Amino acid sequence: MPEQLALTGNEAVAHAMRQINPDVVAAYPITPQTSMMQKFADFVADGLVDSELVLVESEHSAMSATVGSQASGARSMTATAACGLALMWEILGIASAYRLPIVMPVVNRALSGPINIQGDHSDSMGTRDCGWIHIFSENAQEAYENTIMAMRIAEHPDVLTPAMVCLDGFIISHGVESVTIYKDNLVKKFVGEYQPHYTLLDAKHPITLGAMDFSDFYFEHKVSQLDGYNNSHSVILDVGSEFKKTFGGGECYEFFEAHKMDDAEYAVVVLGSTAGSTRMVVDDLRAQGVKAGMLKIRVFRPFPYEEIARLLAPLKGCAVLDRSIAYGGDGGPVHIEVRSALYGQSPVPVMLNYIYGLGGKPIEPEHIHSAFKDIQEAVATGNVKRRVGYLNLTE
Amino acid sequence: MKKYFEATYDKLPLAGVIEEAGNAQGYETGSWGTFRPVFHEEICIHCMFCWVYCPDTAIQVEDGKVVGIDYVHCKGCEICSVECPTKPEKAITMEKK
Repeated sequence: MPEQLALTGNEAVAHAMRQINPDVVAAYPITPQTSMMQKFADFVADGLVDSELVLVESEHSAMSATVGSQASGARSMTATAACGLALMWEILGIASAYRLPIVMPVVNRALSGPINIQGDHSDSMGTRDCGWIHIFSENAQEAYENTIMAMRIAEHPDVLTPAMVCLDGFIISHGVESVTIYKDNLVKKFVGEYQPHYTLLDAKHPITLGAMDFSDFYFEHKVSQLDGYNNSHSVILDVGSEFKKTFGGGECYEFFEAHKMDDAEYAVVVLGSTAGSTRMVVDDLRAQGVKAGMLKIRVFRPFPYEEIARLLAPLKGCAVLDRSIAYGGDGGPVHIEVRSALYGQSPVPVMLNYIYGLGGKPIEPEHIHSAFKDIQEAVATGNVKRRVGYLNLTE
Repeated sequence: MKKYFEATYDKLPLAGVIEEAGNAQGYETGSWGTFRPVFHEEICIHCMFCWVYCPDTAIQVEDGKVVGIDYVHCKGCEICSVECPTKPEKAITMEKK
Protein backbone atom coordinates (compact mmCIF):
# COMPACT_ATOMS: atom_id res chain seq x y z
CA MET A 1 0.00 0.00 0.00
CA PRO A 2 1.23 3.53 -0.64
CA GLU A 3 2.03 5.58 2.43
CA GLN A 4 0.12 8.70 3.41
CA LEU A 5 2.53 11.16 5.02
CA ALA A 6 2.37 14.75 6.23
CA LEU A 7 5.18 16.35 4.23
CA THR A 8 6.32 19.69 2.96
CA GLY A 9 6.74 19.93 -0.79
CA ASN A 10 10.50 19.89 -0.30
CA GLU A 11 10.31 16.67 1.73
CA ALA A 12 7.96 15.09 -0.81
CA VAL A 13 10.43 15.80 -3.63
CA ALA A 14 13.32 14.55 -1.47
CA HIS A 15 11.36 11.30 -1.11
CA ALA A 16 11.05 11.11 -4.91
CA MET A 17 14.82 11.54 -5.11
CA ARG A 18 15.31 8.86 -2.48
CA GLN A 19 13.20 6.45 -4.52
CA ILE A 20 14.98 7.38 -7.76
CA ASN A 21 18.29 6.82 -5.92
CA PRO A 22 20.48 8.74 -8.38
CA ASP A 23 24.16 7.80 -8.66
CA VAL A 24 25.34 11.34 -8.00
CA VAL A 25 23.72 14.40 -6.44
CA ALA A 26 25.63 17.67 -6.42
CA ALA A 27 24.34 20.53 -4.32
CA TYR A 28 25.33 23.88 -2.97
CA PRO A 29 24.62 23.54 0.75
CA ILE A 30 23.89 27.17 1.64
CA THR A 31 21.16 29.70 0.76
CA PRO A 32 19.43 29.77 -1.72
CA GLN A 33 19.35 25.98 -1.36
CA THR A 34 16.20 24.77 0.36
CA SER A 35 15.30 22.12 2.92
CA MET A 36 14.80 19.69 0.02
CA MET A 37 18.51 18.99 -0.21
CA GLN A 38 18.79 19.02 3.59
CA LYS A 39 16.23 16.21 3.72
CA PHE A 40 18.01 14.33 0.93
CA ALA A 41 21.30 14.68 2.84
CA ASP A 42 19.52 13.00 5.75
CA PHE A 43 18.66 10.08 3.49
CA VAL A 44 22.30 9.86 2.42
CA ALA A 45 23.53 9.99 6.02
CA ASP A 46 20.99 7.36 7.06
CA GLY A 47 22.18 5.03 4.32
CA LEU A 48 18.78 4.98 2.58
CA VAL A 49 20.30 5.86 -0.81
CA ASP A 50 23.50 4.91 -2.59
CA SER A 51 23.97 8.39 -4.04
CA GLU A 52 27.32 10.14 -3.91
CA LEU A 53 26.42 13.55 -2.46
CA VAL A 54 28.89 16.17 -3.64
CA LEU A 55 28.72 19.45 -1.74
CA VAL A 56 30.10 22.11 -4.03
CA GLU A 57 31.09 25.74 -3.63
CA SER A 58 28.41 27.41 -5.75
CA GLU A 59 25.27 26.73 -7.78
CA HIS A 60 27.32 27.18 -10.95
CA SER A 61 29.53 24.37 -9.67
CA ALA A 62 26.51 22.28 -8.66
CA MET A 63 25.25 22.26 -12.23
CA SER A 64 28.78 21.81 -13.59
CA ALA A 65 29.37 18.78 -11.37
CA THR A 66 25.99 17.36 -12.35
CA VAL A 67 26.83 17.81 -16.04
CA GLY A 68 30.21 16.14 -15.55
CA SER A 69 28.89 13.12 -13.72
CA GLN A 70 25.90 12.72 -16.05
CA ALA A 71 28.29 12.82 -19.03
CA SER A 72 30.31 10.06 -17.41
CA GLY A 73 27.19 7.91 -17.55
CA ALA A 74 25.94 8.31 -13.98
CA ARG A 75 22.35 9.35 -13.28
CA SER A 76 22.81 12.75 -11.66
CA MET A 77 20.55 15.28 -10.02
CA THR A 78 20.69 18.60 -8.24
CA ALA A 79 18.10 21.04 -6.93
CA THR A 80 18.03 24.79 -6.68
CA ALA A 81 15.96 27.92 -6.21
CA ALA A 82 15.87 31.58 -7.14
CA CYS A 83 19.30 33.21 -7.55
CA GLY A 84 20.87 29.75 -7.43
CA LEU A 85 19.17 28.93 -10.71
CA ALA A 86 20.27 32.28 -12.09
CA LEU A 87 23.89 31.43 -11.26
CA MET A 88 23.51 28.08 -13.05
CA TRP A 89 22.34 29.77 -16.25
CA GLU A 90 25.51 29.27 -18.26
CA ILE A 91 25.66 25.55 -17.52
CA LEU A 92 21.94 24.97 -18.11
CA GLY A 93 22.49 25.53 -21.82
CA ILE A 94 25.46 23.18 -21.77
CA ALA A 95 23.44 20.42 -20.06
CA SER A 96 20.73 20.63 -22.71
CA ALA A 97 23.15 20.97 -25.64
CA TYR A 98 25.06 17.88 -24.48
CA ARG A 99 21.73 16.03 -24.31
CA LEU A 100 22.19 15.13 -20.67
CA PRO A 101 18.86 14.09 -19.13
CA ILE A 102 19.38 15.75 -15.75
CA VAL A 103 16.27 16.21 -13.62
CA MET A 104 16.35 19.23 -11.34
CA PRO A 105 13.61 20.27 -8.92
CA VAL A 106 13.37 24.08 -8.81
CA VAL A 107 11.73 25.81 -5.88
CA ASN A 108 10.34 28.88 -7.63
CA ARG A 109 11.37 31.97 -5.75
CA ALA A 110 11.86 35.65 -6.51
CA LEU A 111 15.12 36.95 -7.92
CA SER A 112 16.99 39.71 -6.13
CA GLY A 113 16.69 42.65 -5.97
CA PRO A 114 15.31 43.89 -3.82
CA ILE A 115 16.30 40.88 -1.76
CA ASN A 116 13.40 38.51 -1.36
CA ILE A 117 13.26 34.78 -0.72
CA GLN A 118 9.56 34.18 -1.27
CA GLY A 119 7.69 32.58 -4.09
CA ASP A 120 7.27 33.71 -7.66
CA HIS A 121 8.20 32.36 -11.10
CA SER A 122 10.91 34.87 -12.06
CA ASP A 123 13.72 32.35 -11.63
CA SER A 124 12.60 29.54 -13.91
CA MET A 125 10.99 31.92 -16.40
CA GLY A 126 14.41 33.50 -16.83
CA THR A 127 15.66 30.12 -18.04
CA ARG A 128 12.77 29.30 -20.33
CA ASP A 129 14.88 29.32 -23.49
CA CYS A 130 17.75 27.24 -22.10
CA GLY A 131 16.51 24.02 -23.68
CA TRP A 132 15.09 22.46 -20.54
CA ILE A 133 11.65 20.94 -20.12
CA HIS A 134 9.62 22.90 -17.52
CA ILE A 135 6.94 21.03 -15.59
CA PHE A 136 4.93 22.99 -13.01
CA SER A 137 3.31 21.54 -9.91
CA GLU A 138 0.19 22.69 -8.10
CA ASN A 139 0.94 21.03 -4.77
CA ALA A 140 3.40 18.74 -2.96
CA GLN A 141 1.78 15.62 -4.41
CA GLU A 142 2.26 16.87 -7.96
CA ALA A 143 5.83 17.98 -7.22
CA TYR A 144 6.59 14.45 -5.97
CA GLU A 145 4.94 12.77 -8.95
CA ASN A 146 6.36 15.20 -11.53
CA THR A 147 9.88 14.47 -10.28
CA ILE A 148 9.37 10.76 -10.91
CA MET A 149 7.78 11.31 -14.33
CA ALA A 150 10.44 13.84 -15.34
CA MET A 151 13.11 11.13 -15.08
CA ARG A 152 11.33 9.00 -17.65
CA ILE A 153 10.62 11.94 -19.96
CA ALA A 154 14.16 13.33 -19.83
CA GLU A 155 15.89 9.95 -20.22
CA HIS A 156 13.70 8.74 -23.09
CA PRO A 157 16.14 7.88 -25.92
CA ASP A 158 14.25 10.10 -28.39
CA VAL A 159 14.34 13.04 -25.98
CA LEU A 160 17.58 13.10 -23.91
CA THR A 161 16.80 16.57 -22.62
CA PRO A 162 17.10 17.89 -19.08
CA ALA A 163 13.95 18.74 -17.13
CA MET A 164 13.04 21.13 -14.33
CA VAL A 165 10.29 20.27 -11.92
CA CYS A 166 8.93 23.59 -10.68
CA LEU A 167 7.20 24.04 -7.33
CA ASP A 168 6.13 27.35 -5.83
CA GLY A 169 8.45 28.60 -3.13
CA PHE A 170 7.07 28.38 0.41
CA ILE A 171 3.45 27.76 -0.59
CA ILE A 172 4.40 24.28 -1.83
CA SER A 173 8.01 23.93 -0.74
CA HIS A 174 7.44 24.69 2.94
CA GLY A 175 3.69 24.11 3.40
CA VAL A 176 2.82 20.74 4.95
CA GLU A 177 0.30 18.63 3.05
CA SER A 178 -0.92 15.09 3.07
CA VAL A 179 1.14 13.36 0.39
CA THR A 180 0.80 9.83 -0.97
CA ILE A 181 4.23 8.26 -1.33
CA TYR A 182 4.05 5.23 -3.62
CA LYS A 183 5.92 2.05 -2.85
CA ASP A 184 9.68 2.26 -3.31
CA ASN A 185 9.93 -0.81 -5.52
CA LEU A 186 7.11 0.37 -7.81
CA VAL A 187 8.72 3.78 -8.27
CA LYS A 188 12.10 2.18 -8.85
CA LYS A 189 10.59 -0.10 -11.48
CA PHE A 190 8.74 2.79 -13.13
CA VAL A 191 11.87 4.93 -13.34
CA GLY A 192 14.03 2.02 -14.54
CA GLU A 193 17.76 1.92 -15.02
CA TYR A 194 19.53 4.79 -16.76
CA GLN A 195 21.04 3.78 -20.09
CA PRO A 196 23.36 6.60 -21.18
CA HIS A 197 23.65 7.26 -24.90
CA TYR A 198 27.37 7.99 -24.50
CA THR A 199 29.67 7.59 -21.56
CA LEU A 200 33.02 9.24 -21.07
CA LEU A 201 34.25 6.30 -19.01
CA ASP A 202 34.07 3.72 -21.80
CA ALA A 203 37.78 3.35 -22.55
CA LYS A 204 37.09 0.99 -25.45
CA HIS A 205 35.02 3.63 -27.24
CA PRO A 206 36.63 6.96 -26.40
CA ILE A 207 34.61 10.03 -27.37
CA THR A 208 35.07 13.77 -27.22
CA LEU A 209 32.21 15.74 -25.63
CA GLY A 210 32.24 19.51 -25.75
CA ALA A 211 34.58 20.03 -28.68
CA MET A 212 34.84 23.38 -30.44
CA ASP A 213 31.94 23.64 -32.86
CA PHE A 214 32.12 26.49 -35.34
CA SER A 215 29.85 27.67 -38.11
CA ASP A 216 30.20 24.44 -40.06
CA PHE A 217 28.27 22.35 -37.48
CA TYR A 218 27.00 24.47 -34.55
CA PHE A 219 23.71 25.39 -36.23
CA GLU A 220 23.15 21.77 -37.29
CA HIS A 221 23.75 20.54 -33.75
CA LYS A 222 21.32 23.09 -32.30
CA VAL A 223 18.54 22.05 -34.67
CA SER A 224 19.22 18.40 -33.90
CA GLN A 225 18.91 19.33 -30.20
CA LEU A 226 15.59 21.05 -30.96
CA ASP A 227 14.28 17.91 -32.70
CA GLY A 228 15.08 15.88 -29.58
CA TYR A 229 13.43 18.53 -27.45
CA ASN A 230 10.29 18.46 -29.57
CA ASN A 231 10.11 14.68 -29.28
CA SER A 232 9.31 15.23 -25.60
CA HIS A 233 5.83 16.40 -26.62
CA SER A 234 4.44 12.91 -27.20
CA VAL A 235 6.70 11.29 -24.58
CA ILE A 236 5.21 13.55 -21.87
CA LEU A 237 1.74 12.22 -22.70
CA ASP A 238 2.90 8.58 -22.85
CA VAL A 239 4.76 8.78 -19.54
CA GLY A 240 1.78 10.54 -17.91
CA SER A 241 -0.66 7.88 -19.01
CA GLU A 242 1.68 5.09 -17.92
CA PHE A 243 2.10 6.76 -14.55
CA LYS A 244 -1.65 7.02 -14.11
CA LYS A 245 -2.06 3.38 -15.06
CA THR A 246 0.67 2.28 -12.63
CA PHE A 247 -0.16 4.42 -9.62
CA GLY A 248 -3.73 5.67 -10.18
CA GLY A 249 -3.94 9.01 -8.45
CA GLY A 250 -4.27 12.54 -9.73
CA GLU A 251 -5.87 14.47 -12.52
CA CYS A 252 -3.06 16.31 -14.18
CA TYR A 253 -0.70 14.05 -16.09
CA GLU A 254 -1.06 15.74 -19.46
CA PHE A 255 0.00 19.18 -20.66
CA PHE A 256 -2.62 20.91 -18.59
CA GLU A 257 -5.73 20.43 -16.51
CA ALA A 258 -8.89 21.84 -18.05
CA HIS A 259 -11.28 22.45 -15.15
CA LYS A 260 -14.90 22.97 -16.25
CA MET A 261 -13.72 24.09 -19.68
CA ASP A 262 -16.17 22.04 -21.77
CA ASP A 263 -18.85 24.72 -21.96
CA ALA A 264 -16.88 27.60 -20.43
CA GLU A 265 -17.27 31.17 -21.69
CA TYR A 266 -14.65 32.76 -19.42
CA ALA A 267 -11.45 31.23 -18.16
CA VAL A 268 -8.37 31.94 -16.14
CA VAL A 269 -5.03 30.48 -17.28
CA VAL A 270 -2.66 29.80 -14.41
CA LEU A 271 0.50 27.93 -13.38
CA GLY A 272 1.39 26.33 -10.07
CA SER A 273 -0.20 26.60 -6.66
CA THR A 274 -2.59 29.43 -7.58
CA ALA A 275 -4.58 26.83 -9.51
CA GLY A 276 -5.99 25.65 -6.15
CA SER A 277 -7.64 28.99 -5.38
CA THR A 278 -8.65 29.45 -9.01
CA ARG A 279 -10.45 26.10 -9.05
CA MET A 280 -12.41 27.19 -5.98
CA VAL A 281 -13.31 30.53 -7.57
CA VAL A 282 -14.45 28.76 -10.75
CA ASP A 283 -16.70 26.47 -8.70
CA ASP A 284 -18.13 29.51 -6.85
CA LEU A 285 -18.85 31.26 -10.13
CA ARG A 286 -20.45 28.13 -11.58
CA ALA A 287 -22.78 28.05 -8.54
CA GLN A 288 -23.76 31.61 -9.47
CA GLY A 289 -24.49 30.56 -13.04
CA VAL A 290 -21.35 32.04 -14.63
CA LYS A 291 -19.79 29.70 -17.18
CA ALA A 292 -16.30 29.91 -15.75
CA GLY A 293 -13.38 27.57 -16.28
CA MET A 294 -9.71 27.18 -15.50
CA LEU A 295 -6.76 26.10 -17.59
CA LYS A 296 -3.92 25.01 -15.34
CA ILE A 297 -0.77 24.65 -17.41
CA ARG A 298 1.43 21.81 -16.21
CA VAL A 299 3.97 21.77 -19.02
CA PHE A 300 5.24 25.26 -19.80
CA ARG A 301 8.14 24.02 -21.95
CA PRO A 302 7.47 22.52 -24.47
CA PHE A 303 4.49 24.89 -24.59
CA PRO A 304 1.42 23.00 -25.89
CA TYR A 305 0.42 25.65 -28.46
CA GLU A 306 -2.06 23.68 -30.53
CA GLU A 307 -3.83 22.03 -27.63
CA ILE A 308 -4.20 25.35 -25.80
CA ALA A 309 -5.43 27.13 -28.92
CA ARG A 310 -8.14 24.51 -29.42
CA LEU A 311 -9.27 24.88 -25.83
CA LEU A 312 -9.21 28.69 -25.54
CA ALA A 313 -10.33 29.82 -29.00
CA PRO A 314 -14.05 29.12 -28.40
CA LEU A 315 -14.12 31.25 -25.20
CA LYS A 316 -15.62 34.72 -24.97
CA GLY A 317 -12.79 35.92 -22.76
CA CYS A 318 -9.82 34.76 -20.76
CA ALA A 319 -7.35 36.15 -18.28
CA VAL A 320 -3.78 34.88 -18.10
CA LEU A 321 -2.13 35.04 -14.68
CA ASP A 322 1.62 35.55 -14.62
CA ARG A 323 3.76 35.25 -11.50
CA SER A 324 6.67 37.03 -13.20
CA ILE A 325 7.28 39.93 -15.56
CA ALA A 326 8.75 39.67 -19.04
CA TYR A 327 10.32 43.16 -18.98
CA GLY A 328 9.78 44.85 -22.30
CA GLY A 329 7.57 42.00 -23.46
CA ASP A 330 3.80 41.81 -23.67
CA GLY A 331 3.04 41.41 -19.96
CA GLY A 332 4.18 38.11 -18.50
CA PRO A 333 5.75 35.10 -20.19
CA VAL A 334 2.65 32.89 -19.98
CA HIS A 335 0.56 35.63 -21.58
CA ILE A 336 3.03 35.97 -24.45
CA GLU A 337 2.82 32.24 -25.15
CA VAL A 338 -0.97 32.04 -24.90
CA ARG A 339 -1.41 34.99 -27.24
CA SER A 340 0.99 33.42 -29.69
CA ALA A 341 -0.91 30.13 -29.48
CA LEU A 342 -4.12 31.89 -30.47
CA TYR A 343 -2.73 33.55 -33.59
CA GLY A 344 -4.63 32.37 -36.62
CA GLN A 345 -7.67 31.27 -34.64
CA SER A 346 -11.00 32.85 -35.45
CA PRO A 347 -12.76 34.11 -33.48
CA VAL A 348 -10.41 34.73 -30.58
CA PRO A 349 -11.39 35.48 -26.99
CA VAL A 350 -10.90 38.85 -25.37
CA MET A 351 -7.64 38.45 -23.47
CA LEU A 352 -6.35 40.13 -20.34
CA ASN A 353 -3.09 39.60 -18.54
CA TYR A 354 -2.50 39.96 -14.82
CA ILE A 355 0.85 40.03 -13.09
CA TYR A 356 0.47 38.82 -9.52
CA GLY A 357 2.19 37.37 -6.49
CA LEU A 358 5.68 38.74 -7.08
CA GLY A 359 8.00 38.14 -4.14
CA GLY A 360 5.34 36.10 -2.36
CA LYS A 361 2.58 38.74 -2.49
CA PRO A 362 -0.58 36.87 -1.46
CA ILE A 363 -3.17 35.98 -4.05
CA GLU A 364 -6.61 35.57 -2.53
CA PRO A 365 -9.82 34.24 -4.11
CA GLU A 366 -11.17 37.83 -4.22
CA HIS A 367 -8.33 38.80 -6.57
CA ILE A 368 -9.12 35.96 -8.94
CA HIS A 369 -12.80 36.91 -8.70
CA SER A 370 -11.87 40.43 -9.78
CA ALA A 371 -10.02 39.04 -12.80
CA PHE A 372 -13.11 37.09 -13.84
CA LYS A 373 -15.24 40.20 -13.31
CA ASP A 374 -12.92 42.25 -15.50
CA ILE A 375 -13.08 39.75 -18.34
CA GLN A 376 -16.86 39.58 -18.21
CA GLU A 377 -16.99 43.37 -18.28
CA ALA A 378 -14.51 43.60 -21.16
CA VAL A 379 -16.53 41.07 -23.15
CA ALA A 380 -19.83 42.83 -22.36
CA THR A 381 -18.59 46.32 -23.25
CA GLY A 382 -16.10 45.34 -25.94
CA ASN A 383 -13.68 47.64 -24.21
CA VAL A 384 -10.37 46.42 -22.74
CA LYS A 385 -9.43 49.02 -20.16
CA ARG A 386 -6.05 47.58 -19.41
CA ARG A 387 -4.33 44.88 -21.42
CA VAL A 388 -1.83 44.08 -18.67
CA GLY A 389 -3.00 44.65 -15.11
CA TYR A 390 -1.95 43.67 -11.60
CA LEU A 391 -3.66 41.65 -8.88
CA ASN A 392 -3.24 42.78 -5.26
CA LEU A 393 -0.88 45.61 -6.12
CA THR A 394 -1.14 48.70 -3.96
CA GLU A 395 -1.98 51.20 -6.68
CA MET B 1 35.57 13.15 -41.16
CA LYS B 2 34.29 13.37 -44.68
CA LYS B 3 31.12 11.55 -43.68
CA TYR B 4 30.31 14.34 -41.19
CA PHE B 5 30.60 17.03 -43.83
CA GLU B 6 28.24 15.15 -46.10
CA ALA B 7 25.67 14.33 -43.38
CA THR B 8 22.47 16.34 -42.92
CA TYR B 9 21.95 17.82 -39.43
CA ASP B 10 19.76 14.94 -38.25
CA LYS B 11 22.39 12.32 -39.11
CA LEU B 12 25.20 13.88 -37.09
CA PRO B 13 26.29 12.24 -33.82
CA LEU B 14 24.17 13.42 -30.89
CA ALA B 15 25.26 16.52 -28.96
CA GLY B 16 28.20 17.29 -31.21
CA VAL B 17 30.06 14.30 -29.82
CA ILE B 18 33.16 13.18 -31.71
CA GLU B 19 32.88 9.42 -31.83
CA GLU B 20 36.29 8.55 -33.29
CA ALA B 21 39.53 8.99 -31.41
CA GLY B 22 42.33 10.77 -33.29
CA ASN B 23 40.14 12.06 -36.06
CA ALA B 24 41.90 15.43 -36.27
CA GLN B 25 44.04 13.71 -38.89
CA GLY B 26 41.09 13.85 -41.26
CA TYR B 27 40.51 17.58 -40.73
CA GLU B 28 42.27 19.78 -43.25
CA THR B 29 43.68 22.90 -41.58
CA GLY B 30 46.51 23.55 -44.01
CA SER B 31 44.62 26.31 -45.80
CA TRP B 32 44.19 28.46 -42.67
CA GLY B 33 47.43 30.45 -42.59
CA THR B 34 48.75 33.28 -44.73
CA PHE B 35 52.36 32.13 -44.38
CA ARG B 36 53.80 28.67 -44.63
CA PRO B 37 57.05 27.21 -43.34
CA VAL B 38 59.68 26.09 -45.83
CA PHE B 39 62.18 23.43 -44.74
CA HIS B 40 65.87 23.76 -45.74
CA GLU B 41 67.41 20.33 -45.38
CA GLU B 42 70.98 21.51 -45.99
CA ILE B 43 70.87 23.79 -42.90
CA CYS B 44 68.92 21.52 -40.53
CA ILE B 45 70.83 20.00 -37.58
CA HIS B 46 67.89 17.68 -36.65
CA CYS B 47 67.65 18.95 -33.09
CA MET B 48 63.87 18.22 -33.18
CA PHE B 49 62.93 21.56 -31.55
CA CYS B 50 60.40 22.19 -34.33
CA TRP B 51 58.97 18.70 -33.91
CA VAL B 52 58.55 19.20 -30.15
CA TYR B 53 56.98 22.65 -30.45
CA CYS B 54 54.65 22.09 -33.41
CA PRO B 55 51.08 22.16 -32.00
CA ASP B 56 49.71 20.23 -34.96
CA THR B 57 52.36 17.50 -35.29
CA ALA B 58 52.98 18.77 -38.81
CA ILE B 59 56.77 18.25 -38.79
CA GLN B 60 57.49 15.09 -40.73
CA VAL B 61 60.24 12.91 -39.30
CA GLU B 62 61.77 9.72 -40.67
CA ASP B 63 64.49 7.69 -38.92
CA GLY B 64 65.12 10.47 -36.43
CA LYS B 65 65.54 13.14 -39.09
CA VAL B 66 63.27 15.99 -40.15
CA VAL B 67 62.25 15.42 -43.76
CA GLY B 68 59.58 18.02 -44.39
CA ILE B 69 56.32 19.71 -43.40
CA ASP B 70 52.79 18.29 -43.54
CA TYR B 71 51.01 21.10 -45.38
CA VAL B 72 47.60 19.43 -45.01
CA HIS B 73 47.65 20.13 -41.26
CA CYS B 74 50.17 22.98 -40.79
CA LYS B 75 48.25 26.13 -39.84
CA GLY B 76 51.23 28.40 -40.46
CA CYS B 77 51.64 29.48 -36.83
CA GLU B 78 55.40 30.04 -37.32
CA ILE B 79 56.40 28.44 -34.01
CA CYS B 80 58.77 26.01 -35.78
CA SER B 81 60.59 28.84 -37.51
CA VAL B 82 60.84 30.92 -34.33
CA GLU B 83 62.20 27.99 -32.34
CA CYS B 84 64.69 26.82 -34.98
CA PRO B 85 68.15 27.47 -33.40
CA THR B 86 70.41 27.38 -36.45
CA LYS B 87 72.44 30.54 -37.21
CA PRO B 88 72.84 32.66 -39.16
CA GLU B 89 70.27 30.98 -41.43
CA LYS B 90 67.25 29.15 -40.02
CA ALA B 91 66.44 25.69 -41.31
CA ILE B 92 62.77 26.66 -41.43
CA THR B 93 61.76 30.02 -42.89
CA MET B 94 58.32 31.47 -43.54
CA GLU B 95 57.09 32.50 -46.94
CA LYS B 96 53.83 34.01 -48.11
CA LYS B 97 51.47 31.51 -49.72
